Amino acid sequence: MTAPLAKTPKRGEPIGDLMSPAPDTRKKIIQVEGLERRFATPDGKSNTQVFGDVWFSIHEGEFVCLIGHSGCGKTTLLNILAGLDAPTAGGVIVDGKEISGPSLDRSVVFQSHALMPWLSAIKNIAFAVESRWPQWSRKQVLDHCQKYIDLVHLTGSESKKPVQLSGGMKQRVGIARAFSIEPKILLMDEPFSALDALTRGSLQEELLSICAETHQTCFMITHDIDEAILLADKIVLMTNGPEARVCEIVENTLPRERTRQDAYTHPNYYPMRNHLMEFLVSRSKRFSQELSSGSYDPRYPPVVRPTAGPRDAGASKAGEPQPAQDGAKYGDPLR
Amino acid sequence: MQPRMSVKAGMLSLVLLTLFLAAWHLLVLAQQGPAVEMDPEYAALMGKQATEGASALPKPAEVGAELWRHVTDPFYDAGPNDKGIGIQLAYSLFRVLTGFLLAACVAIPIGFLIGMSPIFRKALDPFIQIMKPVSPLAWMPLALYTIKDSNLSAIFVIFICSVWPMLINTAFGVASVRKEWLNVARTLEVGALRTAFRVVLPAAAPTILTGMRISIGIAWLVIVAAEMLVGGTGIGYFVWNEWNNLSITGVISGIVFIGLVGMLLDMALARASKLVAYAE
Repeated sequence: MTAPLAKTPKRGEPIGDLMSPAPDTRKKIIQVEGLERRFATPDGKSNTQVFGDVWFSIHEGEFVCLIGHSGCGKTTLLNILAGLDAPTAGGVIVDGKEISGPSLDRSVVFQSHALMPWLSAIKNIAFAVESRWPQWSRKQVLDHCQKYIDLVHLTGSESKKPVQLSGGMKQRVGIARAFSIEPKILLMDEPFSALDALTRGSLQEELLSICAETHQTCFMITHDIDEAILLADKIVLMTNGPEARVCEIVENTLPRERTRQDAYTHPNYYPMRNHLMEFLVSRSKRFSQELSSGSYDPRYPPVVRPTAGPRDAGASKAGEPQPAQDGAKYGDPLR
Repeated sequence: MQPRMSVKAGMLSLVLLTLFLAAWHLLVLAQQGPAVEMDPEYAALMGKQATEGASALPKPAEVGAELWRHVTDPFYDAGPNDKGIGIQLAYSLFRVLTGFLLAACVAIPIGFLIGMSPIFRKALDPFIQIMKPVSPLAWMPLALYTIKDSNLSAIFVIFICSVWPMLINTAFGVASVRKEWLNVARTLEVGALRTAFRVVLPAAAPTILTGMRISIGIAWLVIVAAEMLVGGTGIGYFVWNEWNNLSITGVISGIVFIGLVGMLLDMALARASKLVAYAE
């Protein structure tokens, strides 16, 4: 199939990016700047901050995962990116423009698939395609839908209603619907969390190959470490709420051409996994102590690259505060 | 297993019907009183009750013969007090369907408004709560005074009794459309009107149809009473007229036809709700 909007990274666009170890020359599709969201307490007298001072960006063609415990506002953050919710402070810039609401630029794969039960699989996708290209003829719409049905391996189930599809097939339709409008960025809210482990595995692989094929920019929320290591180029770690912060950004040190079968054999797999696990189990709770002791700058959260090198950034520093902008770590070789 | 069960159930229904008819027949026979001797000319003016001591209640066979007479000749017109049952039912159906459709035209859009806007829901709620429990017949004098036409007044009474179930069900159906479906529409930048017709309407359709089914049932209940009041035509007037004729046979056959038509109306709406139903 032809590649949707997101093309291969454009080279020769020097952008001063302090967050990355080597300056990333790709275009920034999404910039999250100082995002904060407060919710009123039940008595309505005061409000609590779910998260605040959240800064990160997503480059064209990049797959970014956000990991955090439930309650840290992951879904709220995604809803703000989708334009379904508004931040209390800060803003989101998509392709140079601040967003003010939902847009066809950003399509969403919902946790609960959110298919309309009265429409067949292909009609669910057609609803999206007709919204994206209202001037298209019926045949054009159906041909386009069929392409995405085939992409998610649902050929033959086009006319089935959601109730006749299994959980994995429903989410496939949800993914096909999101891809079909060829968005600038795909937002996914724990899309596989309701599926059994086997289905989840095969869907992750399919998503990986579709993204490799289309160079789709993706932002995904998850609490599954292995999912993040398999799919993401960059993993944003969010501390526990309330007042959640971006703790650090972990760059995936596994080669991009990874599969579910061979990922765990790579020497960097366990350093990555241990680092993320260490974060979820203990650091996510104690981050406020790190905040007061370290030189944490919310605008430039520390970027780490856990590897199996002599100075194992992930495992050996477990439990210790990660100093920001640690140059030594960025120099670590990939292997 | 399934077909055998329906055969058994059908047989049981027949047995129950036979028992009921037999009991009815015996009851009528038991009420037989002594015959009275009287002048033949006077006897011709009196009914069989006076001359033969027969019960005023007809035997099942007599009602059956009357029903058959109506079925074989439904559309005769022998003056204002003697019209075929088909004509009377047609008048009633016309009033019910007109009032019901007018009510649907009003109730479904307003129900949409209430379901979509919490402000309107709160603002209209007191009116609905007060108007809903009012018996539709209580509107009859007011309708007769303002509209000054008994036929239109009957239609108005049907309208007012059909409005509430449809209004409340539409509002409930629209308000309980899953938020995620609306969010899908929002992320696809679908306009308000397209969202209403492509997302909210199909999502709420089963609930709306349930409201319509309740409404048509109530309307068919009310039309009999309304026509007894306004008179002239219709199945309600027919039943009252048969009572004035002291024809219990006529009254019972009227009841049977009211039941049959009510069942058909309900079946039609049930068929329609199957068309818009969806499983989650």
